[in-house]
Amino acid sequence: MLAYLLRRLLYAIPILIGVNLLTFTLFFMVNTPDDMARMQLGVKHVTAEAIEKWKTERGYDLPLFWNADAAGTEKLTRTIFTQKSARMFIGDFGRAENGRDIAREISARMGPSLAIAAPTFALTLFVAVCLALLLAFFRATALDFWGVAICVLLMSISSLFYIIGGQYLFAKVWRLVPISGFGEGLDNWRFLVLPVLIGVVSGVGASTRWYRTFFLEEVNKDYVRTARAKGLPETLVFFRHILRNALIPILTGVVALIPLLFMGSLLTESFFGIPGLGSYTIDAINAQDFPVVRSMVFIGSALYILGLILTDISYTLVDPRIQFGGQK
Amino acid sequence: MNFQPVMNFQPVLLWSDLLLWLLTFVAIGLGVYSAHVEHLQRAWARLSRNAVATGTASILCVFLLIGLLDSLHYRPRLESNPAAGAAVRTAHYAVEVRSLLDALLSSLREHHEKTYSAPLAIRLYVMETEETQTGATRDYPRLRHGGAHLADESGHLRDIFSSILQGIALAALLFFLLKMALARYRVPAGGVPANGSGFAWRGVLYALGAFLFLALPIAFLAADYHVFGTDKVGQDVLYQALKSIRTALAIGLVTTLVMLPLAIFLGIVAGYFRGWADDLIQYVYTVLNSIPGVLLIAAAVLMMQVFIDKHSGWFSTAAERADLRLVALCFILGVTSWTGLARLLRGETLKLRELDYIQAARAFGVSSGRIITRHLLPNLMHLVIIALAMDFSALVLTEAVLSYIGIGVDPAMMSFGSMINNARMELSREPAVWWSLATAFTFMLVLVLCANLFADALRNALSSMDDAAFEHEADMSGDP
Repeated sequence: MLAYLLRRLLYAIPILIGVNLLTFTLFFMVNTPDDMARMQLGVKHVTAEAIEKWKTERGYDLPLFWNADAAGTEKLTRTIFTQKSARMFIGDFGRAENGRDIAREISARMGPSLAIAAPTFALTLFVAVCLALLLAFFRATALDFWGVAICVLLMSISSLFYIIGGQYLFAKVWRLVPISGFGEGLDNWRFLVLPVLIGVVSGVGASTRWYRTFFLEEVNKDYVRTARAKGLPETLVFFRHILRNALIPILTGVVALIPLLFMGSLLTESFFGIPGLGSYTIDAINAQDFPVVRSMVFIGSALYILGLILTDISYTLVDPRIQFGGQK
Repeated sequence: MNFQPVMNFQPVLLWSDLLLWLLTFVAIGLGVYSAHVEHLQRAWARLSRNAVATGTASILCVFLLIGLLDSLHYRPRLESNPAAGAAVRTAHYAVEVRSLLDALLSSLREHHEKTYSAPLAIRLYVMETEETQTGATRDYPRLRHGGAHLADESGHLRDIFSSILQGIALAALLFFLLKMALARYRVPAGGVPANGSGFAWRGVLYALGAFLFLALPIAFLAADYHVFGTDKVGQDVLYQALKSIRTALAIGLVTTLVMLPLAIFLGIVAGYFRGWADDLIQYVYTVLNSIPGVLLIAAAVLMMQVFIDKHSGWFSTAAERADLRLVALCFILGVTSWTGLARLLRGETLKLRELDYIQAARAFGVSSGRIITRHLLPNLMHLVIIALAMDFSALVLTEAVLSYIGIGVDPAMMSFGSMINNARMELSREPAVWWSLATAFTFMLVLVLCANLFADALRNALSSMDDAAFEHEADMSGDP
């Protein structure tokens, strides 16, 4: 188990290097720092001095990979790649366009992101599993048909509609909750309840339909038939046998998403003015703040890989038949 | 009329037009081809007996027709000054690029109001100061075009009702004719279908009927009113929504053109040859997959913007620039989204290559290329078709989100996303302006819902051939 985990962790490193190289190519080689300077300075006819000044201020005046002018190891370290891209591996993300330290900003914004994303995630999972169980229990009836139809309808509505419509109705017309904002302490729940509710409604359709197929897959398996043949009532068959077995693929599937909760939700956070990582990303995209976008790409993929490793662990924990001893 | 040696318009072929038409012909060709592939025939037959499938397919065809009409572009000829006789020989064309749909909807396009007006209104939504002899009065002024034919405002409601009634009457007539035309295909209750095919004409009939009963009253009303109101600059919202259809279709369809070759080629190569090719391809798609989708798209689009700004001299018209941006966006979406299908095809190829018929082909000395094209590809087709259908609706929804974030289509190009983005603050006005948002969301809902229902029916029809294949999608464990 430990050897397997170690192997997975080692496998993550080349992937992160790949992500790093890819973002470096996108941000520094497709367009040179000169192009970025021209874009940021915003004028058609900027002077060469202004561009040079912009590049020197940000450390973009170095060569890309190989600094022939420097001495010794500095030939490698005094380059844009090492200074701007490779240093992300040690948690140094540099500074945003407005001069703030990105790493500190990120650690401050993870909390608010999680305050929205974690309850949304847990509630959606719970509601969707319950509804899927209900639909599977009443499978091939009118309830099942219309339940699935409503799920498809919910899936087909743009997430923007849920947010804009929900905000208008609950916050503006009925004035039940504040329109946007984020507070400290216990009073904060008033700001959280609407974004969480909207997140659950917009996600529950797809999840329910998806989980329902897991339940239906179990329904016709041999062990279920045995349980019925023993004379167990259908409810007991469902809650004791089918629910437990169908939860395996559901739970191992969602484990991969847990680390990504830190990234927050782009749309919800920007609509509700929550100072989390999602709104940070959106602001960076709108302001064309490339260092921030680069950092978020790196963090996002690191969290994704963490999710993959957690999934593997959860497989072994949930299902004793699976063992990653090494012969797999 | 004197003889004119030049045409009244100059056809313009935009890149996305070319790709959309190409896709339409390829799709028709593939449909004809797959109707002759034996193991797909049963699936098509099953699909065609499903009334939901035929119904949603007819609605999607209506959307496609609007999109294709909007993909025939031209530049109208400018009226040359008769005094300048020499100018007759060298015709001048407008900078503005129009489409056939624009020509058909010219009254909608040209009927600009000053600013917001509510659906079917005859007066502006905001007060204006009017100068009269007795002094200045504040009032809601009459619209320039909406209900301008009414001399007396008291006839407003009656006029609306009569237009709706006319539309419904015509729709009923057409529906009846359609029903008569389809009657000979009707399946008698419990009996064998007359022509043996069992095609669910019922779905087509009801879907087109619903479309007629909705569209015709709107068409009659649109002649005199702004049926869905006007936006901030006074443009008709119905016109914007109709123009947005093409953008949504382009995003949903052209993207697949980029994604398909990548996914099919790399997925099959990885599964068939295994070894270092498999390792390399798996590495590439794990890297791409590990970057959260929106961020990767954002990074690529930001870089594309810098690139387009740098080469702004390449484009002679604004439409060309917007169009290239659309194609580039499709390209970016395609490059970032092939990984799921490639992984699916790889897994399926791994399974298929061990089957007896492939082993037999290899024993006979059939070349790898021939095995892939003749024996593997036809048996993977159903996975490809299902994945395409399911991706389409997701892509349409993605476009709206991307345009809202500001990394979608060009702001000058009409799309559901830019309609929503432009109207984002309107609900917080007092009183709220809701019609732009409502129209964009409704059109999007109909398109996406039809696509989802059709994809579902398609999956049911095709995947009973192979149920297990799609379980791989749920398997998020990565590849050990």
